[in-house]
Amino acid sequence: MTARRSAALRRRTWRESGLALVMLGPSAVILVGFVFYPLIKAVFLGRQRCGVRGCRTTGWDQYIDAFRSNEFQDALIVTLKYALITVPIGLALGVALAVLADKYLRGMSIFRTIFSSTVATSVAVASVMWFFLLDPNVGFVSDALHSWFPVLKTPGLLQDENTALWAVSMSSIWANLGFTFIVVTAGLQSVPKDLYESAYVDGAGGFMRFTNVTLPMISPTLLFASVVLLSRAFQSFGDIELLTGGGPKSNTTTVTYLAFGKGLPTAGDDGLRSTVSILLFFVLLILALVQFRGLEKRVHYGN
Amino acid sequence: MTRFAPVANVRLQNITKQFDGVTAVENIDLEIADGEFMILLGPSGCGKSTLLRMIAGLEDPTEGDVWIGDTLVTDILPKERDVAMVFQSYALYPHKTVLANIEFPLKVRKVDKAQRAGEARVAAGLLGLSEYLNRKPGQLSGGQRQRVALARAIVRKPAVFCMDEPLSNLDAKLRGETRAELIALHQRLATTFVYVTHDQIEAMTMGTRIAVMSRGHIEQVGTPHEVYDKPASVFVAGFVGTPPMNVLPVGSLEPGQHLVGVRPEHLEITADGPLAMEVTLVEQLGHEVLVTGKVGDTRVVVRQPVHTVSPAIGDTVHLDADEPNRHRFNAVTEKRVDV
Repeated sequence: MTARRSAALRRRTWRESGLALVMLGPSAVILVGFVFYPLIKAVFLGRQRCGVRGCRTTGWDQYIDAFRSNEFQDALIVTLKYALITVPIGLALGVALAVLADKYLRGMSIFRTIFSSTVATSVAVASVMWFFLLDPNVGFVSDALHSWFPVLKTPGLLQDENTALWAVSMSSIWANLGFTFIVVTAGLQSVPKDLYESAYVDGAGGFMRFTNVTLPMISPTLLFASVVLLSRAFQSFGDIELLTGGGPKSNTTTVTYLAFGKGLPTAGDDGLRSTVSILLFFVLLILALVQFRGLEKRVHYGN
Repeated sequence: MTRFAPVANVRLQNITKQFDGVTAVENIDLEIADGEFMILLGPSGCGKSTLLRMIAGLEDPTEGDVWIGDTLVTDILPKERDVAMVFQSYALYPHKTVLANIEFPLKVRKVDKAQRAGEARVAAGLLGLSEYLNRKPGQLSGGQRQRVALARAIVRKPAVFCMDEPLSNLDAKLRGETRAELIALHQRLATTFVYVTHDQIEAMTMGTRIAVMSRGHIEQVGTPHEVYDKPASVFVAGFVGTPPMNVLPVGSLEPGQHLVGVRPEHLEITADGPLAMEVTLVEQLGHEVLVTGKVGDTRVVVRQPVHTVSPAIGDTVHLDADEPNRHRFNAVTEKRVDV
């Protein structure tokens, strides 16, 4: 009796797990085929050097050598600079615009539309637009401002070693501003009005209300936006390719661009490119952990 | 009784407030004496919160003036009005500890750290919050949060306390307890309270005076007794008291042109009463019995002591009321008529 029942149970469990496998199948195939397999393949490819005559294995040391190489170290520093410019400035501008639209331009939905419009602009379009605005010969910005900033004409903002990274950052900040604006606006709208009124009756001025009510109340939003902006900065590729191609003199070659490798030692070497990609993967992993561990303590998630 | 705050009577002169052309309050004159516990009572949308917010400085009147003490404050920012406000939602800062919440008004005023911590502890002690100082509002019960909001208001020693339905988010039992505590707090602080509520029990139990409001106007200002015993209009008669006063149609209880109001406890069932009522409901409430019936189309409630013999549903009973308990109202204006 018991034996028969447990056998029936086993049969049913087996049938059900079969069904479960069938249901999980499609997503499993996609995950394995397009995420896990390429990732593992890349890890192994990263210990090889490849050229026109095929690949040869050099070993796991290639990761350490690549990490220590000047090219990788320089690219990492460029990437960090790029992130340190774009994330704080982008966040600050996004918050400023969102507060402006929320407090002073309320009801003027045209500003919301304008401020958030860059979300609907692709990186390629934004980059081409900035490329032409900053062009030393025909660019509008260069023409308009070169008497104050001669660098705009000779050699050009994107062509000067000292300003190229800033110019690319400017384009990236602009392109991400819409995203930050929308996210922060949503955060601001969830702050209860009573809190502002209470602070106002207690005598808090605009700055104190901003630091004691607005900022802490939108801190989860800010964490989210900063995580997204940082990972975008580390993976940024399109704007660099279109605006500077990594130059001048590798001054805008980020780690992602190094992995792409145009005009660099990594060009045409799938092995080395994989090495750089996997190293970037670990850099991002560590970064994400640090961000969540470090910032989460300062973030207030409501009651 | 120690004096806690400066003398502050509040005077509203001819106040009108419009929002986008819609009039919220109109031509309101109200004197609130120093140290008074004034209740603004009325149904939602009657303008009572708007009036309170104009005293606190959160809204500017479209017309008219607000005085606190001898100062015209109409155009003065809230922080210079010496007013504290307690919100229905408590409006505590969820990221700050209880202590930091209570300290906040002093921090804004740049009181030095040691002094403000000391004063915040005193205010917290007054409201029984001493053991919760390091908690965040999210870790407190509704009643405790409400006390934190009160402590944050009293720590400033303001001239006027404005309270906007501070008990509405509490359960019935806690509301009863907190009512008693607010009365005690008012006695101890001896300062002016302006308190908005739609709950007539809160108004009757706590207020030294009540301003009953309806549709942007003040219907009546008086002590709880005056409002209950001599309602100035049919609206006040129907709003104050549970169950409310019965307003009988013209000519039903007595000849004449007036509506006649009689409270349920003042209607007597007698064999030869002039008013015939068909009983539709008999409710035994333990300490009393409510007999509900119909006179024409008007619903009438009679409150009886427990040990009288109650009529049965479907019976027709005859009602009467003594002369002092009859309130007469003009049938058109619905205002009180004293003969």
